[in-house]
Amino acid sequence: MAESNVKVLGTWASPFVMRVKIALHLKSVLYEDVEEDLLAPKSELLLKSNPVYKKIPVFFHAHSPICESLIILQYIDEVWTTSASSILPSDPYERSQSRFWAAYVDDKFFPALRRLLIGATEEDKKAALAEVVEGTVVLEGAFGELSKGKAFFGGDNIGFVDIALGSLLGWIEVIGKQCETKLVSEAKTPRLVQWADCFSAHEAVKDVLPDVDKLADFGLKLRAKILKGLAPTN
Amino acid sequence: MEDEVVLLDFWPSSFAMRVKIALGEKGIKYKCKQEDLFNKSPLLLEMNPIHKKIPVLIHNGKPISESLIILQYIDQVWNHKSPLLPSDPYQRSQALFWADYIDKKIYGIGRRVWMGKEDQEEAKEELMQCLKTLERELGDKLYFGGQNIGVVDVALVPFTTWFYSYETCGNFSIEAGCPKLVAWAKRCKENYRSVSEALPHPLQIYEYVMELKKRLGLV
Repeated sequence: MAESNVKVLGTWASPFVMRVKIALHLKSVLYEDVEEDLLAPKSELLLKSNPVYKKIPVFFHAHSPICESLIILQYIDEVWTTSASSILPSDPYERSQSRFWAAYVDDKFFPALRRLLIGATEEDKKAALAEVVEGTVVLEGAFGELSKGKAFFGGDNIGFVDIALGSLLGWIEVIGKQCETKLVSEAKTPRLVQWADCFSAHEAVKDVLPDVDKLADFGLKLRAKILKGLAPTN
Repeated sequence: MEDEVVLLDFWPSSFAMRVKIALGEKGIKYKCKQEDLFNKSPLLLEMNPIHKKIPVLIHNGKPISESLIILQYIDQVWNHKSPLLPSDPYQRSQALFWADYIDKKIYGIGRRVWMGKEDQEEAKEELMQCLKTLERELGDKLYFGGQNIGVVDVALVPFTTWFYSYETCGNFSIEAGCPKLVAWAKRCKENYRSVSEALPHPLQIYEYVMELKKRLGLV
């Protein structure tokens, strides 16, 4: 289904942008991909369409901008309903649980991951690593609850929590390599390891997965920029 | 079969007030259980093991945490009256954006204002900037939700009982900088019983803040 007015302002390296693209792929919606350079000054389009946060992704549908990746995902799920894949469950309680875990990824897990990436001292990194590993164990538990024995948090198909967490897998691998440790380990989180493979191989995901080496290189540049106090905060 | 609805509450919490307003708007009967945040009950720890925070809504034994998630749940389950969210997907996304903005900003910045440490001046400026942004978003509408209150109104109005505390601890006037927002808050309380019943008096909040500051060694 081709849509002439669907645009994603983002960058190949951003997990938050990746979420939006995965959702659009799931719904078979074609879109225009507009690249924002995170290492350069912010574009006019970004500043105009997201004046409050000045961050990507910004999603445009018929010229109206929507910001914040999880809000964009909900919008996409509500507008394109003809596809078989529903991103959020229809049952109110299950919906609330999906929202809860996606919020956990954004409010607890991602900040710890980010602190691990940009940690200036060994102490900072050690503390962040402990938080990240604890987070993966909590998410392993959540997977057990939500998946009900199926392959994804969303059950048979990838859903809201899969997209929220799965979009971080590239960075999880890069940051893990930097710390010389597997952040999602077979020992502590065997189900997540399996899930990560299934997620990464999914039709809607595999084409937007960033190249890990390219991401590692970008990570170093981003870390340097952040530590110089100039960077965006996503 | 009667619905069993329990709210794990802490009376000064703006987040818990949101849930009370929503339950009030929908006419839902519920049991309110006060928590002592310095001595959390086994029920709270069982119902919200991840964050160990209130509010928690327990509906027929099943817990829902995080106030905006609770509001969306309430709106979906009890959809017979007083919709909190617009039905149009784009309007919905904008309402959720602003509710999320309030979540990201007001509590944290407000806390830095009433705590009165070295960053208080910076926090006051940030708070006024946020409230002005919200005031611009309100524009000439009666409520953020339009003709009736919606999720953004419900998300923000509880913090207005904290305004007196922010102002007194920070020695500044919110009304001077954001008269329309203060007028909006009055309107919500006057026209919506669910709001006036859920919000404690600002002086009670101030008393609580002063007690808390003593406890934290800040006075």
